[in-house]
Amino acid sequence: MKNLIAAASIALMGLTGTAIADGHDAYPERPLMLMVSYGAGGATDFQARIVTMTAGNEDALGMPIAIINKPGAGGRVGWNWFASQAEADGYTLGAYNIPHFIAQSIEGGVEYGADSFEPIANWGADPAVFVVAADSEFNSMEDVINYATANPGGLTFSGAGLFVGHHIAALQLEKAAGVKLAYIPNNKGGAGAMKAVIAGEVLGGVNNLSDAFRAREAGNVKILGVFDNDRNDFMPDVPTMKEQGYEIDNASVNFRGVMVPKGTPQPIIDKLAEIVPTMFENGRVAGKMKAGGSPMHIMTRNEVLEMWAAREATLKELLAGL
Amino acid sequence: MEFLLYFGDVFTPFNFMLLLIGTIGGLILGATPGLSPTMAVALLIPFTFRLEPAQGLILLGAAYTSTVAGGAVSAILLKIPGAPANIATTLDGHTMAKKGEGARALQLSFLSSAVGGVFGVLLLIFLTPLLAQWALAFGPSHLFWLAILGVTIIGSLDSSSVVKGLLSGCIGLWLATIGFDDIMGTQRFIFHSSVSGGINVIPALIGLFAIPQVITMFAKGRRRLDAEVIAVEKHPISKAFSEVFSRFRALTIGTLTGSIIGLIPGVGGQIAGLVAYDQSKKMSPERDKFGTGHPEGVIAAESANNAMVGPSLVPLLTLSIPGSPTAAVLLGGLLIHGIFPGSDLFDNHPQVAWTFINSMLVGQILMCVFGLYIAGLAARVAQVPNAVMAAVVLGLAVFGSYSVQNSMGDVYIMAALGTGMYFLERFGFSAAPLVLGLILGPIAEANFIQGSMIANATSSVGTYFFTGALNLLLIAIVVASVGYSVWMELRSRRYITKDDAVAKEEALS
Repeated sequence: MKNLIAAASIALMGLTGTAIADGHDAYPERPLMLMVSYGAGGATDFQARIVTMTAGNEDALGMPIAIINKPGAGGRVGWNWFASQAEADGYTLGAYNIPHFIAQSIEGGVEYGADSFEPIANWGADPAVFVVAADSEFNSMEDVINYATANPGGLTFSGAGLFVGHHIAALQLEKAAGVKLAYIPNNKGGAGAMKAVIAGEVLGGVNNLSDAFRAREAGNVKILGVFDNDRNDFMPDVPTMKEQGYEIDNASVNFRGVMVPKGTPQPIIDKLAEIVPTMFENGRVAGKMKAGGSPMHIMTRNEVLEMWAAREATLKELLAGL
Repeated sequence: MEFLLYFGDVFTPFNFMLLLIGTIGGLILGATPGLSPTMAVALLIPFTFRLEPAQGLILLGAAYTSTVAGGAVSAILLKIPGAPANIATTLDGHTMAKKGEGARALQLSFLSSAVGGVFGVLLLIFLTPLLAQWALAFGPSHLFWLAILGVTIIGSLDSSSVVKGLLSGCIGLWLATIGFDDIMGTQRFIFHSSVSGGINVIPALIGLFAIPQVITMFAKGRRRLDAEVIAVEKHPISKAFSEVFSRFRALTIGTLTGSIIGLIPGVGGQIAGLVAYDQSKKMSPERDKFGTGHPEGVIAAESANNAMVGPSLVPLLTLSIPGSPTAAVLLGGLLIHGIFPGSDLFDNHPQVAWTFINSMLVGQILMCVFGLYIAGLAARVAQVPNAVMAAVVLGLAVFGSYSVQNSMGDVYIMAALGTGMYFLERFGFSAAPLVLGLILGPIAEANFIQGSMIANATSSVGTYFFTGALNLLLIAIVVASVGYSVWMELRSRRYITKDDAVAKEEALS
């Protein structure tokens, strides 16, 4: 009897399985939800709202995407929820921030890692930049490093916290220049770190390119270098760290994109991976993103998978010494 | 006087309609527990996608203004502060409502909100460049001393004794350490997944204030089914006008404290009301009446929390640094139209900047008008039978806690803290100092760690925290505040006796 029930249930599972697979043609049949693990009004939330605003169009998903914020503990609360409690039915999407969640999973104490999620597509890349106040005596990275060499451990500079892109950039700079620096993590994120620079509480800071661009427009800061492989279209006049003689790659660049929990049916992943990048390419989305000073960088699922793997290897090496 | 040129834009039919929608909607959202000003503004952002930049900001600005004032409605009538800004309003406001003076309390709160609010926006219009420098002057060491100043008022805040006030403040400080540490990311006291993000202030606020109420109401409902019906006194608006202005001292202290504290990025909004309440209590000859339904308590708290609205936007509009979560949401509303706050805003988009600021000025007046209108109607809430009321408040409390970050964990936290608070209240402890500890703990801790990291890299911790004019001034105020409390305590020797405890027990039930 037991065997019969088991056999029946297996058969039934097979049946429902095919039924669902067939049903995927109609996906999505109801509005989707995108979990953002930062508060409303932050850069990730703001960009997520823009890139998903055309989801309801006929040529996109045909269903709107609603943003749900689950902020807390530098994103850990939201991603913990996404890895352990979110339903893998294709209607629950999440926004990822690289290198944040990978760095946090290496640090430990969280329920997720790079293999807990399935990436769909990447929409943006916000490199870190080095900023100093507009009236600072530093005019190039060389000035900064000369000061740091003369005062070991005395160059204070702010960033948005530990185990985020800014922190990775700071570690890379220390390693590449071979000096000891005083990285001061801020508990109010990028905005708090920028305030510390403008108010002269610290001598410099690592910050997001998009926020630094705005602060420079307002006449408050000078931008001395970009932590990326190439110069950025928003500020072609600012040299990369490599150009100034420091071997620093794009490991700290803050990539943002859409993912789903592991276990989401493959046909749904494939469908999303096909449609979502075209949604990001929409002219209205690109226009709004450019106006807001947010650099776009669209990548497909396969490119993101590669990027995640590469990032995990670099971060493991960088954070090993901590 | 540039702002006068753009007043016309506020009164075009469509813009004015948006202003009305924002104001009325904001009052309703603000009166709903759990829907803080930040949430209300964030909810409205998607609606601004299709509007012109100036129109979108009118809607957001009006909503911000009136949610702050609307929070007073639930604070006074239900004793649930809609946001941390309204905590101080509950202390005297709810006691007044219980005496049947709900209409009077609401009228006073809206009138003083308008006075404070208009003053704050005028500061924003005339003194913005000057104020921006002031906002930047507060570094980690100063914010640390400011938080300590906040801690010193814990003891004197709404408790039967200083010791009990300090004890419940300590519970709040401990609760604040739960979760991932803000700076280092280490885990502390995470005994359940619900608290992994720390204790969020809004659910805690709702639980600590509303749940003891609900339990008390249910208990009473069973004992006396024909619960006493409070007669709601009608209160003419003209009388409220003359009362607000005759209590000039509380109004001035509230407005000035709110404006100054509101300016400081990251601290302002949450404690402006409480500091103003404490200051007017200390400077009033009738300080014993505070906490027993004294109108000055409501006036000071509400004028302060609306006076903070204008100055809190100064760092955002001039330096492009959002000083509060609400300002961060407004920043999103600007960016979506490609407008960068800072000099760009005032030089290249003056019609946006000034229309926005003017609409906040007009919004303060409109908020007051509608607020006064609903004050009379809303005060009837006190006539609802206890059992019904308890069910409604419980529903609102669950809804409000859940909606903060869509998490059931917050509902559990709300319920657990609220049940605990019910028993603490039985022993003469009070919720306000506890919440103050919860708010101030992270501010003091994070700024101390940041300050000492900077100090270790540059000079020494001693010179960093104890030199500089602003540090010394703040330390002097801290010492004065502690000294004053000690002196008052010694003079009145108000030890809590068994009789006091019994009296408090009876007052609660």
